[in-house]
Amino acid sequence: MRERNARPRLAVWKFASCDGCQLSLLDCEQELLALGEVIEVAYFPEALTRAVRGHYDLSLVEGSISTPRDAERLHAVRRRSARLVTLGACAASGGIQALRNFADAREFMAAVYAHPAYLHTLATSTAIADHVPVDFELRGCPVNKRQLLEVIAAFLAGRRPAIPAHSVCIECKSRGLPCVLVAHGRACLGPVTQAGCGAICPACHRGCYGCYGPQETPNTASLTRALTALGLERRQLLRLYRSFNANAEAFRSESERHAE
Amino acid sequence: MSLELQAAQLLTSQGLDQLLKALRRGGCRTVGPTVRDGVIAYEDIDCLEDLPRGWTDEQSGGHYRLRRREDDALFGYAVGPHSWKPFLHPPRQRLWRTHRDGDTVRMQREAPDGQRLALIGVRACELKAIAIQDKVLLGGAYGDPHYRARRAGTFIIAVNCTVAGGTCFCASMGCGPNLTAGFDLGLTELGAAGPPAFVLQAGTPAGSQLLEEIPHRPATANEIAAARARVQHTAEHMGRQMPTEALPQLLLRNLEHPRWSEVAERCLACGNCTMVCPTCFCTTLEDSSDLTGRETSRTRRWDTCFTVDFAFVHGGSVRQSTRARYRQWMTHKLATWHQQFGTCGCVGCGRCITWCPVGIDITEEVSAMRTSEPT
Ligand code: SF4
Ligand code: SF4
Ligand code: SF4
Ligand code: SF4
Repeated sequence: MRERNARPRLAVWKFASCDGCQLSLLDCEQELLALGEVIEVAYFPEALTRAVRGHYDLSLVEGSISTPRDAERLHAVRRRSARLVTLGACAASGGIQALRNFADAREFMAAVYAHPAYLHTLATSTAIADHVPVDFELRGCPVNKRQLLEVIAAFLAGRRPAIPAHSVCIECKSRGLPCVLVAHGRACLGPVTQAGCGAICPACHRGCYGCYGPQETPNTASLTRALTALGLERRQLLRLYRSFNANAEAFRSESERHAE
Repeated sequence: MSLELQAAQLLTSQGLDQLLKALRRGGCRTVGPTVRDGVIAYEDIDCLEDLPRGWTDEQSGGHYRLRRREDDALFGYAVGPHSWKPFLHPPRQRLWRTHRDGDTVRMQREAPDGQRLALIGVRACELKAIAIQDKVLLGGAYGDPHYRARRAGTFIIAVNCTVAGGTCFCASMGCGPNLTAGFDLGLTELGAAGPPAFVLQAGTPAGSQLLEEIPHRPATANEIAAARARVQHTAEHMGRQMPTEALPQLLLRNLEHPRWSEVAERCLACGNCTMVCPTCFCTTLEDSSDLTGRETSRTRRWDTCFTVDFAFVHGGSVRQSTRARYRQWMTHKLATWHQQFGTCGCVGCGRCITWCPVGIDITEEVSAMRTSEPT
């Protein structure tokens, strides 16, 4: 056991991302005081101006790897972190920016920037785990703050976080929501997507967009057959599987079946 | 319901409204069918106007739509996505909490919920399902105190089905559509034009007692015959049939049948079927601690045999494949449940068929296995 005063040190890192997941941490208003009591927030540029350099007991890593410089920086982060937990879809699968993996990144650059020669970017956007060993991946776009607190609390207690890898449907049905797919014929990725959000979209009569990435045993081929029977066309299927988790293996390979 | 001539009464729809009010006056929370977001859901209802008047449903594998009826029937539909399970055996139930203060740990058990429930519009298949869950959760030496408390105060107004849903097969399972036991009051809606009326029968002394507070008159022989005919018609128009002959044996001698692999190719391992099933009872325990480590708790939540973790033992999950998980589910429902609880685990309500996003049909799987059994 650690001395009471020697609180574990936390660092929060950002790579290619929108900052939404880090904001989920700041959004934990009620719990921030308790967090400060038990953990030393040593590095968190989004929230703190001061930074404690050195080693960290827990690093939370947001974002994907899309530049050569970030790839190097990530290795340095890993070396200085006892535990490394990734936050969000970008870090878990490459994020929405991984759409470049299916196209020619140089073409995008030429279309957007006057002088693309100054950009140093990789041809792909990839997950943190593609570059360094990861202790736990917290999914979501953005992550759910209740789950984020659970991961930190589990880390502090030395236990496994209670973050199920099963489908969104289980959360959806546990809330008693009527199924939008069965009762309204709307496309829903819930059956192939990992739970965690609390089935927010079905609760608003929308199909799941797959923010939490593939569930533990995703059967995308079968869901695609059902969605096709509902009238979805190739292009719609392509778009459905190619969003925040386009580069997650199950969604990527399914989307490729519907590419031109 | 054995509609005995002497005992059957006639209740008007106003009478039913008064029945609801009397239950509420008596301190019951009244829950029943109501239209919400395009389905018939079970929720809190206050009065007759909350019931799905003039609605019916269209159901098939992976398909559910509400449709208008030509009359004003209050119970002219089959079961929807909900069962009574969430009310009696809720999706999440905290079991205990601890609070640590220095070196002392105080443990506090969660007190069972004392509210009295009145379930309105319970179908024959659902009564059977409740009886099965009673056996599972209260039978044996270790009953569940939370379930016991909820069940103890439950008052049940059941209804005979006057229409079978597209996926119903209670008749094959011997579980419906006619009410036999387990209700306080049983209703059969009459189909005549004009405001709905019901042939009513008390199933318990509590039911008879409540009836005393409500205006009613003895039902005529014609009304009783009409009620009987409607339920008979339902029994003859089941949406599905289950070939039940020697079913446990059929499944248990075909554990390596190629059909399991075929169904696994379609199965999403999403768990919808077990969530909607009124008899599925499995739960898992979730322990949590707060950031300071001073507060901890243990919560029981619904689990399903379609997750990897469900069969997690030392070293990993013993049911890695969806084939193994689907087989576990179906053989438990239809075969090993008998050995475990002395009854079948399926009442033929059809929910697992309707609410499966890809329309996997338990009756079709059984038929396929029966007709293609390797010799
Ligand atoms: S609405 Fe989507 S997430 Fe909910 S049960 Fe239906 S398919 Fe699953
Ligand atoms: S297995 Fe299916 S048909 Fe049988 S009781 Fe469960 S949900 Fe109803
Ligand atoms: S299975 Fe039978 S009792 Fe249940 S809703 Fe259908 S017809 Fe009614
Ligand atoms: S049988 Fe249907 S509802 Fe059940 S897990 Fe498989 S796909 Fe989901």
